[in-house]
Amino acid sequence: MSKLRILAGTRKGAFILTSDSNREKWNVSGPHFAGWEIYHVKASPVNPDRIYASQTSGWFGQVIQRSDDGGLTWQAVGNQFPYEGVPGTHQWYDGTPHPWEFKRVWHLEPDLHDPEVVYAGVEDAALFRSVDGGQSWQELAGLRGHGSGPDWQPGAGGMCLHTILLDPKTPGRIYVAISAAGAFRSDDHGQSWKPINKGLVSEFMPDPQAEVGHCVHRLAMHPSRPQTLFMQKHWDVMRSDDAGDSWHEISNNLPSDFGFPIEVHAHDPETVYVIPLKSDSERFPPDGKLRVYRSRNGGQHWEALSQGLPQSDCYINVLRDATCVDQLDPCGIYFGTTGGQIYVSPDSGDHWITVVRDLPAVLSVEVQTLA
Amino acid sequence: MIQVKLPGPLRLLAQIDGEVWLEVSAPVTQRTLLDELERRYPPLLGTLRDAHSGKRRDFIRFFAEGQDLSHQSPDDPLPESVTRGQEPYLVVGAIAGG
Repeated sequence: MSKLRILAGTRKGAFILTSDSNREKWNVSGPHFAGWEIYHVKASPVNPDRIYASQTSGWFGQVIQRSDDGGLTWQAVGNQFPYEGVPGTHQWYDGTPHPWEFKRVWHLEPDLHDPEVVYAGVEDAALFRSVDGGQSWQELAGLRGHGSGPDWQPGAGGMCLHTILLDPKTPGRIYVAISAAGAFRSDDHGQSWKPINKGLVSEFMPDPQAEVGHCVHRLAMHPSRPQTLFMQKHWDVMRSDDAGDSWHEISNNLPSDFGFPIEVHAHDPETVYVIPLKSDSERFPPDGKLRVYRSRNGGQHWEALSQGLPQSDCYINVLRDATCVDQLDPCGIYFGTTGGQIYVSPDSGDHWITVVRDLPAVLSVEVQTLA
Repeated sequence: MIQVKLPGPLRLLAQIDGEVWLEVSAPVTQRTLLDELERRYPPLLGTLRDAHSGKRRDFIRFFAEGQDLSHQSPDDPLPESVTRGQEPYLVVGAIAGG
């Protein structure tokens, strides 16, 4: 029987939760790194006991932790993220040039083939790679240096590189997303990059269709069809079928097209999930009802999923890295909230179970399907 | 020997159970003391000072003898009571919140 292991990052530590394949009863381990913000915890797909964690603090800065035994013990590894060359400037909120300054790691993406290789998306936005298990980090500077970098501007949450997708079918192809610069693609292992934002419309910009400046919240991809990308933008849910070269809107009948996460079903590349929030100023579910929305046809029509979720007085948020899917059949869907709850649906969204309800605010949720 | 007192989160990070006493070669300054602290406990690298510039992190303070040494030159000699181990060198996380 398979086992499931949830890796949850919260405002005050990391938690590891385990269950059998029924996904009904969960054992909770933690807090690990109590008191520290854990932005993201993610395991290598080729060595499930190799786990990386981004541990940060406004006081003490950035730490990267690594486990080689499935989260039982941890080792602090390299925490230096030097920008390559002269860092240069990006735009500040007031439009003036502002020096690039490292603040924290938002997202860790272990390589698909080599457990020693891991990518880090950081604030101020840049992409780093380690080839020695996190001991040292080198910037893939072609991203900041491709030309539009000086025009990037932070979103309200900071100028973070928060999404990293590694294409399993096209060697060397990487997608990233940055708030508030947009989406970018490399086809040469991260050496050179181009913006892929054609079709995005952002009314907060002087030119709503500019090449960069879009506040992309999250990208998602099914590994069997990596040419197709789904995007939750600040406003608008978008789709691309040509590796990001062009996008079209698929918000359709959603009650709101503002939100953070977007996820694809593990076994059906046309089944997509979002969690709409009322607006960017009211970052909670519409009508105080927590509902996940599922589309079974790639975004043409969306259905509300609410069985087992609070349907009154619910005013939490679900952050961009706080959803994931497992590999079982039926596929399990998971999400964590700023109210400290983690929910799972063991039947692809039809019914929801509360995994845990009183954690610190959840920043990220990943799940491992273990043999 | 110099006693260094660290805030709880850093003790947790560096897996320190007991007291921290360090032998520091002359000249004994804040810089050489912190260098030795980071050498002894590598996970602390970058958590007190920027690893490249050596600049103190904004919300970290260094106290000794009831004085705030944070704004003194890192190359000034430490007070004799600290270098003799009579007074600890305190690393403090600034209070933030309400």
